Amino acid sequence: MTEDLPRLKEPYSTRGQQREADMLGVYLFLASEIMLFGGLFAVIFIAHFLHPEEFVAASKKMHVAIGTANTMILLTSSALVAIAVKAARAGHARPVWRCLALSALLGVAFLGLKAYEYWSEYQDGLLPLPGARTDFTSPREHLFMNIYLIATSLHALHLTIGIVVLSLFAWLVRSRRVKLPAGATATETAATYWHLVDIIWIFLFPVLYLAR
Amino acid sequence: MTANPPSYLNAGHTIRSWLLTTDHKRIAVLYLVSVTFFFLVGGAAAGLVRADLLTPEGDLLTNEGYNRAFTLHGVIMVWFFLIPSIPNVFGNFLIPLMIGARDLAFPRLNLLSWYIYILGGLFTLIVLLVGGVDTGWTFYTPLSSMFSNGNVVLVAAAVFIVGFSSILTGLNFIVTIHRLRAPGMGWGRMPLFVWSHYATSIILVLATPVLSITLVLIAAERLFGLGIFDPSLGGDPLLFQHLFWFYSHPAVYIMVLPALGVISELVAAAARKPVFGYSFVAGSSIAIAIIGFFVWGHHMFVSGQSMYASAVFSFLSLAVAVPSGIKVYNWTATLYKGNILLDPPFLFAMSFIGLFVVGGLTGLALAMLSIDVHVHDTYFVVAHFHYIMVGGTISAYFGALHFWWPKMFGRMYPLTWGRITAATIFFGFNLTFFPQFILGFLGMPRRYHVYAPEFQTLHVLSSAGSTLLGLAYLLPFVYLGYSLVAGKRASANPWGATGLEWTVPSPPPKHNFVEIPTVTGRPYDYPVDKEDRR
Repeated sequence: MTEDLPRLKEPYSTRGQQREADMLGVYLFLASEIMLFGGLFAVIFIAHFLHPEEFVAASKKMHVAIGTANTMILLTSSALVAIAVKAARAGHARPVWRCLALSALLGVAFLGLKAYEYWSEYQDGLLPLPGARTDFTSPREHLFMNIYLIATSLHALHLTIGIVVLSLFAWLVRSRRVKLPAGATATETAATYWHLVDIIWIFLFPVLYLAR
Repeated sequence: MTANPPSYLNAGHTIRSWLLTTDHKRIAVLYLVSVTFFFLVGGAAAGLVRADLLTPEGDLLTNEGYNRAFTLHGVIMVWFFLIPSIPNVFGNFLIPLMIGARDLAFPRLNLLSWYIYILGGLFTLIVLLVGGVDTGWTFYTPLSSMFSNGNVVLVAAAVFIVGFSSILTGLNFIVTIHRLRAPGMGWGRMPLFVWSHYATSIILVLATPVLSITLVLIAAERLFGLGIFDPSLGGDPLLFQHLFWFYSHPAVYIMVLPALGVISELVAAAARKPVFGYSFVAGSSIAIAIIGFFVWGHHMFVSGQSMYASAVFSFLSLAVAVPSGIKVYNWTATLYKGNILLDPPFLFAMSFIGLFVVGGLTGLALAMLSIDVHVHDTYFVVAHFHYIMVGGTISAYFGALHFWWPKMFGRMYPLTWGRITAATIFFGFNLTFFPQFILGFLGMPRRYHVYAPEFQTLHVLSSAGSTLLGLAYLLPFVYLGYSLVAGKRASANPWGATGLEWTVPSPPPKHNFVEIPTVTGRPYDYPVDKEDRR
């Protein structure tokens, strides 16, 4: 029975205490991540508030179909990750690594679609990168695309980290380097991070794509 | 000798045992060495600025050179000394000891945080070597995004990196304080030092990321032309100030809250009395942390924000005086009829209270819209924030150093030299910065190195004071260094103070406590029965 439980590390006296500390640590880290994106959302809301018409016009040029598809992909992956956590707590290794790996794959699909979207925006002259051809109708549209590019690429960066983390955990569980349910807390940490990345997208999607 | 396990200092002697340590006490010593280094670098830059201001023509430095000198002084002092000094050195060393834990909740994260700090420091030193940056530590746009020809991106990267170190430290403290308190150590029994670090950590975790994203936006604007703040790209320069001060005003409390915690400990130990109004002093830390998030607009009274916003920010800024006042009154009430000995830590605490009150009252003046419009961007502001951040935080830092030095290294230092240092710092500080209030009120703008000749006398006074202050800051190197080699061995509780950290030997053993203690009484249960004072 004892090998089912996580190894007790230095400053802790009980495993329950250790688990609670680990989860609190993750939640605080995610709170700081929310504040990071919070700054960006503040920028979006303020800019939208100051220039409502130009922002609506700019938002109408977004590829809303791709955005919607990506939203669904991420929501599906989130559900799979939630299932993985349930299975990890119950000690079933196979559904855990399968769900995690599938989620990571969905993450890759998201990035692929995102890359395609960037490419088509580049073709449309909407991507405000140095050297790219752009034909913005107003400086506000330029600003909107600046914010869009910064926000989505920062999100993509977080998603990439998430994909690496999920793949790593899938491999650790599959190769039995992490034993279940002893390693359930670790799986839960990875899953919580993934949920956060999803949630940030859930907020980015309406303020960028649906603000039309 | 005794049955005690070897101290944390003797638990290994190789360089590897220090650089790969996960012991919070050793990491605190690593921080002590590195923040001292940056204090010296930042202090040297300050000396350069003060030397240049001796003459109205500013003969020593070029215009550009002057801008780079005061920018480096600001960047290094704010991010590499004031913010990390007390939390990372003393918080790291003391929080686990004070709450009866064997270490912080995430020891390896703690070590990582030090390495990130060093990495950020290396970036700053590279910036120094390649010529510096001229934007001021506030990086105001559009200067920083469009016109500056300094290394803005590199310095932004340095601050971004060191921000991660802050976030990790804050996170570690919060989890430790929540989950690792010894049995019986309820929230109402926590030392006030721990309370103030708890409040500080909340700000660290929630405010620092906003600074990070602001720096990312500046870097994106400079590197890729993704203008968020540049008006020609539709952006808004004022937006930068909102984002920047949303972090950087709370950051002032990151610097001063740990100092307030230190002073509570010092005052109680000096008066040998329980802290008057314990729960009010504890609660006022949290109140300062919360209100601190809603006052950033007082930096922007003349930047073009709406008059109504300014009025609200003015009111909220005045409100910070309430919890700050509570602390000062309660320290005074604690000292009343106390059995006081004039030890160095007490003198530093007194110096802190004096300077903090001057800084705080001039802060009230600056929070008033009408006065602020008159003295905005003058030396009055410079003097005000130096009273709080240097007079306050650095006095408390030195007070903490003199109070817990015997605990950290197991050696006493010559107390007379400590007293001389405390007095000289207080005198030198006032000579440096009090003339600046007058300068500012007479209209001397900040960040100028060429000025009207009638200001010269006051500037010379200020520079003379800064020389004295600089020498006083160097004195402890001599006698504290001497104490390490030849100091008397310190007892477990040389000041006769309360607190779990004084129940373990000096220096503490590697795992702090042979057996985790059970706390049965309130903190500051003075007088201490056993008088083994020194």
